[in-house]
Amino acid sequence: MAFEPSSEIQSYTDDLIPRYPQAQSALLMILHAVQREVGFIALDAQEWVAARLEITPQQVREVVTFYPFYREHPIGKRHVRVCRTLSCALNGAYKVCDTICDSFDTKRNEISPDGRVTVEFAECLASCGTAPVVMIDNDLYENVSPAKASELCEQIKADTPASAPAAN
Amino acid sequence: MTKDLSQMTFPKASTPHPKELRIILANAEREDFDASLDCYTRNGGYDVLKKALSMKPEEVHQEVLDSGIRGRGGAGFPAGMKWKFLDRKSGKPIYLICNADESEPGTFKDRQIMHKDPHQLIEGMMITAYAINAAQAFIYIREEMPYGAQILDQAIAEAKAAGFVGDNIGGSGYSCELIVHRGAAAYICGEETGLIESLEGKRAYPRIKPPYFPAALGLYMCPTIVNNVETLCHVKHIVERGGKAYSEIGTPNNSGTRIWCLSGHVVRPGYYELETGKVTYGELINDIGGGLRSGRSLQAVIPGGSSSKIWRAGERFSGKLRNGTEFDWAIDDIPLDFDSPAAAGSMSGSGAVIVIDDSADIVEVLANINEFYAHESCGQCTPCREGSLWMKKITHRMANGGARPEDAQLLASIGDQIAGKTICAHGEACAWPTQSFINKFEDKFVAKADDKSPEPKSEFQMV
Repeated sequence: MAFEPSSEIQSYTDDLIPRYPQAQSALLMILHAVQREVGFIALDAQEWVAARLEITPQQVREVVTFYPFYREHPIGKRHVRVCRTLSCALNGAYKVCDTICDSFDTKRNEISPDGRVTVEFAECLASCGTAPVVMIDNDLYENVSPAKASELCEQIKADTPASAPAAN
Repeated sequence: MTKDLSQMTFPKASTPHPKELRIILANAEREDFDASLDCYTRNGGYDVLKKALSMKPEEVHQEVLDSGIRGRGGAGFPAGMKWKFLDRKSGKPIYLICNADESEPGTFKDRQIMHKDPHQLIEGMMITAYAINAAQAFIYIREEMPYGAQILDQAIAEAKAAGFVGDNIGGSGYSCELIVHRGAAAYICGEETGLIESLEGKRAYPRIKPPYFPAALGLYMCPTIVNNVETLCHVKHIVERGGKAYSEIGTPNNSGTRIWCLSGHVVRPGYYELETGKVTYGELINDIGGGLRSGRSLQAVIPGGSSSKIWRAGERFSGKLRNGTEFDWAIDDIPLDFDSPAAAGSMSGSGAVIVIDDSADIVEVLANINEFYAHESCGQCTPCREGSLWMKKITHRMANGGARPEDAQLLASIGDQIAGKTICAHGEACAWPTQSFINKFEDKFVAKADDKSPEPKSEFQMV
C-alpha cells in the first residue's frame, strides 16, 4: 500500500526542501518528521521520501539503516532510552535499566507485553554530570536511582493506557 | 515534539566556584537570564555583531588569529588558522557549520550553552559567517537534544525578525541564513567530514584527507568551516575584547577559558569554566569537584573524553615542554590546558574529565568503553569495524570470567593494528583506550585470568 503523507508532512516538506542548497540535505529532517508522526519509517514511506527528493529508495534506506535513531518497525507507545556509557554505568545505569525492564516485565529492544514501552540502551546522552540519565521520548531525567526509575515507570503506567502489542 | 519553551527550566549552577572564570557561561548560569532575544539584548546581546559588521571581514579574522583560540571540540586546532585554509579562489560558496553533535562520552558543555544562552551561539556564528563570508550557515545538533533544536529554532526566528540573521544583517548588506539540522544518534557525525556527509543526506562515512579537507572540499564539495559550539561562542568574546586582550586570558598557546566537564566518581560532578592552564586536574577533581567519595581511593583519570589515553593513579610524568620548561608531575599537578595533558601522554580532547575510583574493575571499565566504540564505528574501514568489535568481545569475555593470561597482549596487538590505519580518527578513538589501559594496567589485565567468576567485580555492573 502506498504511503499517504499527512498534510502536515506535505507542507513541512514543501517548506523545508528549498531552505537547503541541495534537496537531499533535507533527508534526515524529513525522516524525523515521518517517524515522529507514524512511529517508524516503513518501506512505502521511504519510497515516498525518495520520490519527493528525487533520489532512489536505496539512498533513503541506506540512511534509515545507518542511523540508530531511525526504525523500520513500530515500538511501544513510550520510548525509554537508558544511557549505558561510562559515567552513567559507573553510577549504576545497568541497575536502572533492569529496574525499568522488570517493571514492565520486558526485555531491552522489545515492545513490553502491555504495549506501553520499548526500553533500549543509549550511547552517551551527553549529561554525564547528572548520571545516570534516562530519556523518555523527548524528556531527559537526571540522577536516576533505581527508586526514581520505579517512580518514572509508575508515572508512565498512569499516563499511558495499556494495549495489546503490535507484532514485533 | 514541540513543547511550550516558556514552561521549560534548566537547572542552573548559579554560584560559580571561586576558581571559575565565567565568560561563556557568565549569562547562561544566571538565575535571572533566559533564552529570549529580549533578555539577550537587554544584556548587550548582538552589540558585538554590530561591532563586527562595522569592521572588514579580514579584520575580524585577524582578531581571531591574534586571540590564539584553539578549537574546543576535541582536536584543539587553532580556529583562526583553520579559517585561513579556506579555498577562496574556487569561487564556490563558502559554508559555515556549527558542530553541535556533542557525543564524546563525558562531555556535556555545549548542551548548557544551547539550552540556556542560544543567542550567544547565534551571535558568534553570525560574526564568524561574516568573517569568512559564508553563504549559508548550519547548526548540526544531535538528535538526543530535541529541545535544544527547538530552542535554537525559536531563537533564530527571533534573531531573524530583529535583523541579526538572514537578509542584510544589521543593514550591512551581508546576508546569511542559518538552519538547525538534526542528527539521528550516530557518534561519527561529530567527525567533521562525517558530519558533512550526514548534512548532505547520506550515511555519515568520513572522507579521506587529503584531498577532502573541508576548508577546500567540504559541504557539496565547497569550502566549509566546521567549528564547535563553544569555539563559536568564544569568537563573540574575542571580537568584543580584541584578539590580543583575549589572548592574555589563560596561558601562552592555551588562551581563553574552557568549560571542563567532570564526571564519574566525584562528589560534585559538573561543568566548570576555568581560565585555561591556571587550574590543575588535582584542583578540579579534589577542590572544585569535592574529591572522591569517603573511603574510596583514586584508581585512574581519563583526562579528555573516553577516547583519550588513561592515567593511572600514582603515575609520574616528566619531560620538557615545548618552551623548554622541565616538568615532573603527578596527575594532580597537570594544568588543565591543551599542551600539558599532551605532554603527559594523553590529550585534553573535548575537556571531559572522567574519574574512576577503586570501586570499579578496570577490565570492566574498558569493556564498557569498547562497547561504545564498537557500536559507533561507521563500518567503512576494516581495521576499525572488525577491530573495535574484537576488542569489545575480548574485554566482555574477560569481564565475564573468561579471561586468559595472553588476552592483554592480544588486545594490545589489535589496538596497534587499528590506530593510524583508518580514514578518520575513530580508529585512534577506539584503539587508544585499549592500548593505554593495557599499557598502564597490564598487571590487572593479566591477573584477571585468575578470576573465573562471571559476576561483575565493580560496584555497579559495567557491561
